[in-house]
Amino acid sequence: MSPTILVWLLVIPFVGGMISWQAERYSRFLPRWIALFTQLTVLVMSVWLWFVGDFTLSAPSSTPVFALEYKAAWIPSFGINFHLGLDGLSLLLVILTNLLGVMAIGCSWKEIDRYVGFFHLNLLWNLAGVVGVFLALDLFLFFFFWEMMLVPMYFLIALWGHNIPGGKGRIYSATKFFIFTQFSGLIMLLAILALVFFNHQATGQWSFGYFELLKTARGLDPQIAWWLMLGFFVAFAVKMPMVPLHTWLPDAHSQAPTAGSVDLAGILLKTAAYGMLRFALPFFPDAMREIAPFAMALAAISVIYAGVVAFSQTDIKRLIAYSSISHMGFVTLGIFAGTEQALQGVVIQMIAHGLSAAGLFILSGEIYERLHTRDLRQMGGLWGRFPYLPPIMLFFTAASLGLPGLGNFVGEFLILTGSYAVSPLFTILCAFGLVLAAVYSLILVQKAFHGAPRDDGHAGNYEDLSRREQSMMAVLMLLLLGLGLYPQPVLDISAASMQTVEFIYNNTPAALSLSGVTP
Amino acid sequence: MTLLPLTFAAPLLGFLILAFARGRLSENLATAVGVGSVGVSALTTLIAGIQFMGTPPEGGSLTITLWQWMSVGNFTPSFALYLDALSLTMLGVITGVGFFIHLFASWYMRGDEGFARFFSYMNLFVASMVFLVLGDNLLFLYFGWEGVGLASYLLIGFWYKDPANGAAARKAFVITRVGDTFMAIALFILFKEFGTLNIQELAVLAPAAWPVVNGVGATMATITALLLLGGAVGKSAQLPLQTWLPDAMAGPTPVSALIHAATMVTAGVYLIARTNALFELSPFALQCVGVVGATTLIMAGFIALMQTDIKKILAYSTMSQIGYMFLAEGVGAYAPAVFHLMTHAFFKALLFLSSGSVILAMHHEQNIFRMGNLRKHIPFVYWCMLIGTLALCAFPLTSGFFSKDEILHEAYLSGHHGLWIAGLFGAFLTGIYSFRLIFIVFFGPERWRQAEHHGHDAHGDAHGEHHGLGPKDEPHGATTLDHHIPLAVLLVMALIGGFIHLPLEAVFPVVDHGSDHGPAWIVYLPIPVSLAGMFVSWFLFLKRPDIPAALASGGLTRQLGLFWKSAFGFDWLYDRLFVKPFVWAANINKNDIVDGLLGLIPMTLRGANSLAAATQTGNLRWYAFAAGAGAIALIAAIALH
Repeated sequence: MSPTILVWLLVIPFVGGMISWQAERYSRFLPRWIALFTQLTVLVMSVWLWFVGDFTLSAPSSTPVFALEYKAAWIPSFGINFHLGLDGLSLLLVILTNLLGVMAIGCSWKEIDRYVGFFHLNLLWNLAGVVGVFLALDLFLFFFFWEMMLVPMYFLIALWGHNIPGGKGRIYSATKFFIFTQFSGLIMLLAILALVFFNHQATGQWSFGYFELLKTARGLDPQIAWWLMLGFFVAFAVKMPMVPLHTWLPDAHSQAPTAGSVDLAGILLKTAAYGMLRFALPFFPDAMREIAPFAMALAAISVIYAGVVAFSQTDIKRLIAYSSISHMGFVTLGIFAGTEQALQGVVIQMIAHGLSAAGLFILSGEIYERLHTRDLRQMGGLWGRFPYLPPIMLFFTAASLGLPGLGNFVGEFLILTGSYAVSPLFTILCAFGLVLAAVYSLILVQKAFHGAPRDDGHAGNYEDLSRREQSMMAVLMLLLLGLGLYPQPVLDISAASMQTVEFIYNNTPAALSLSGVTP
Repeated sequence: MTLLPLTFAAPLLGFLILAFARGRLSENLATAVGVGSVGVSALTTLIAGIQFMGTPPEGGSLTITLWQWMSVGNFTPSFALYLDALSLTMLGVITGVGFFIHLFASWYMRGDEGFARFFSYMNLFVASMVFLVLGDNLLFLYFGWEGVGLASYLLIGFWYKDPANGAAARKAFVITRVGDTFMAIALFILFKEFGTLNIQELAVLAPAAWPVVNGVGATMATITALLLLGGAVGKSAQLPLQTWLPDAMAGPTPVSALIHAATMVTAGVYLIARTNALFELSPFALQCVGVVGATTLIMAGFIALMQTDIKKILAYSTMSQIGYMFLAEGVGAYAPAVFHLMTHAFFKALLFLSSGSVILAMHHEQNIFRMGNLRKHIPFVYWCMLIGTLALCAFPLTSGFFSKDEILHEAYLSGHHGLWIAGLFGAFLTGIYSFRLIFIVFFGPERWRQAEHHGHDAHGDAHGEHHGLGPKDEPHGATTLDHHIPLAVLLVMALIGGFIHLPLEAVFPVVDHGSDHGPAWIVYLPIPVSLAGMFVSWFLFLKRPDIPAALASGGLTRQLGLFWKSAFGFDWLYDRLFVKPFVWAANINKNDIVDGLLGLIPMTLRGANSLAAATQTGNLRWYAFAAGAGAIALIAAIALH
């Protein structure tokens, strides 16, 4: 298998986006089909990688090992390479991204009718940017993709977003999103540049390479390493998002089009956890361990605070946004617990949350298309008015509240079991997030579906989910069930990556330098 | 034995068929699927039981591993079924009683627009409950545990058009979720300490690691057992998490019979019995189990005395009877607890189904003070109710007599005389409140004829438009077999179920009281005590109904009665302690104060720099600053750490 396939995973959506944009001149439908075809192609390619790749490792080592690497010189004078690498963790997230990309295109089929081509250009470029983030092994390239996924997202919210009554407007939300992530990205850039500088000091070479910088970072003075780690940490904490840096997310969600929300919750948030696992933690294991109590406290605060705020939301999308913040708190907890169970739980939780949040956001979009409101106070009694939508919504709600048998339970339980050995206090606090999840999820079901049908001038039943929507939901539901009942195939793929992370996190610097660092 | 997976596969398939049909099946077809699947499950259990008794497996148990759920390091839970005498007993109750309740439900729910949906939820419940009792590890048990919680939620809120039902369903789910979370924490502890969640392995490892020294258990053993108890009291509606059960009566009556009387609410009893090896390691925790049971059984008895809704009386009676089971477990009498669980399932299912029949005969009337003299109108139901009540009161030779008697005897022999007296007093109360129901509903005047306004207080089970009977209406009894057969079978079981011998000796630790069986009168004492209760009931509610009326209007007794009627004010208390503060905090922070705070910084700066700011709209800058300030605050916080 040639590693150039990694390049194709990026090039195809870029080119597909361009074609889709231009195709708008000929037809309103053509851009959709082109985008769908493009995204399906990369999805098939990434799934194919699952089957042909070998993601097992003989033994966990002090350096992440990649199953597939592609490297080409880009800006040699600064030691910048177009360096991509794929391991089990990135493979799973790439597949998730491309799958949810298909869903995002599917759910925009009817919703988006202005600038269809340009919409899909932004969507595909955003997805390509995310895939790039998951593949980049050069920190300049990483930062490039990190920024690249933001700009199209800004346009998705600003141009196709909703101006809901009482909201602050889509431009406001898009700008807020942009500034939060841009500013935190800037801090990360400073940390990267400092690292490059220290590397230059130590070796006399300019390099942005992952392995070179990894070696330098490990050899840094603990004080300096601590500050550099903080630069990465802040960027990822904003993106995760952790309370109190979360406030851009609910605004972004409430104004974003459905595809944007699927993208944000399902994929973009995962780049933060990925960044922690791929960069912050392997680079600065000691510093990460040092702030672990603080980070786990923030995780518990996120779980509980966002869970409480979610309960009082009246906009269905804001409610789900806050529930996402709460769920990502579990991910933070698991990363900083750093045991194998917790880290594997993080992987499952990321995937399961991606799927369930996507399902919930898509259904919210469907409700909005039919009722022209997302205000829970204006709903009620919807159960009897759609045959399929309410029970499917209930399914995703059950996933979100951690019902065993669905993926989220496996993720959360693994995280909590794995974290308990490290920090009983914060684990128990997070466990009570399960009660809050029940409270805010069921109030959503209650307000939207229970009660007497409202007299809203709409006689009889609403148009139910179409075949397109039903099949999208079926895929998400089956995957959540599979993840909940037999997560082993996924766990096997990520096992080696997570064992390495665990090994790095839980060993002293001396032990890590012994096994040597090879580029 | 290889058929064992059918016990859950059949109802699971039934659930899927009914769920995907989305109401396209006729009622008869839905009945065939919904009731038939549980019938298959019951037959499978019967065959498995015969095989199990005929050729007992080595060691008294067998394990069937379906597949490995997940494997992460040493965390390797499986979907594995564990069949021993205890799980077989539970399986028998769930599928056997469950089948007849399903059959009854096909009569009860006929004509309801959600007929198929109802049976899909019921099937889902049965499958989950089977998981719960067959799971060989605590995670699989937890899987079923949460599954029955969901089914319970769906069925309590089945008539979704009334928001009150949805609220009751949420209350049930959330309160039990609190208990479940305690239980989950117990699982974390157990996995950390022993590296496994397999119940049989824990039963070997835990006693070695946490020995009981001089009658005092290890601290971790006590904490773990108390956390498990937290899960048990949530599911089994015992103090202090009992408040959801009466509200759960909002569900259709067959649901109350199956989930909130016969099976799910006894899951806590099962959990403690199943993990008895862990409870044995902490005498304190075991003591707590007994005290919780004793307190709940007396409290629920007092509350039941003052209820007017026929289903709520039965709900509190269930709470009280589960209290007996907890009491038994608290004194180490696990086998009598499980025995009582079984007999209770028979007679309480009978009572609930009969009450359902009464409610329909009375046109969705649930207030017992709008009934009366019904034995003349629906004699068969009267006899069912009477036999069920006699069993509930442990009338000699009925099923409840054997089990309750055994519990009280064991409590006495174990030396817990306080618990024993509580149990006796509870038996006295049971006699009063349960015969109060009989006397008021089936004897005395036909009260619906006297009332001028009718039926507005019947909210729980009301899914028809017409509630209650008018003064000239006659109650109409059911005549079909799908109504009679379940009642008749349960009637027989309530009568003779006490003669069933459960082979539980291999499962539970042997309690050896030596040759000390106590004085002979100890064994017989419960009989006159409950007879005394029945007599008091007859005197108060049939012979001299003016006495309760006088008590209800007197100052102090009236206050006491209202206190009992309001269930000792727990709802009031929890509302103020938890619900109101939570809703208040959530609502006051609806707009997320953090967002406001981040916005505050640029706003104050704008005030200081008003000239410059006034010339700009500034949104972008504020948030640039806000993000920066948040980040700096975070860095500062870490730096100071």
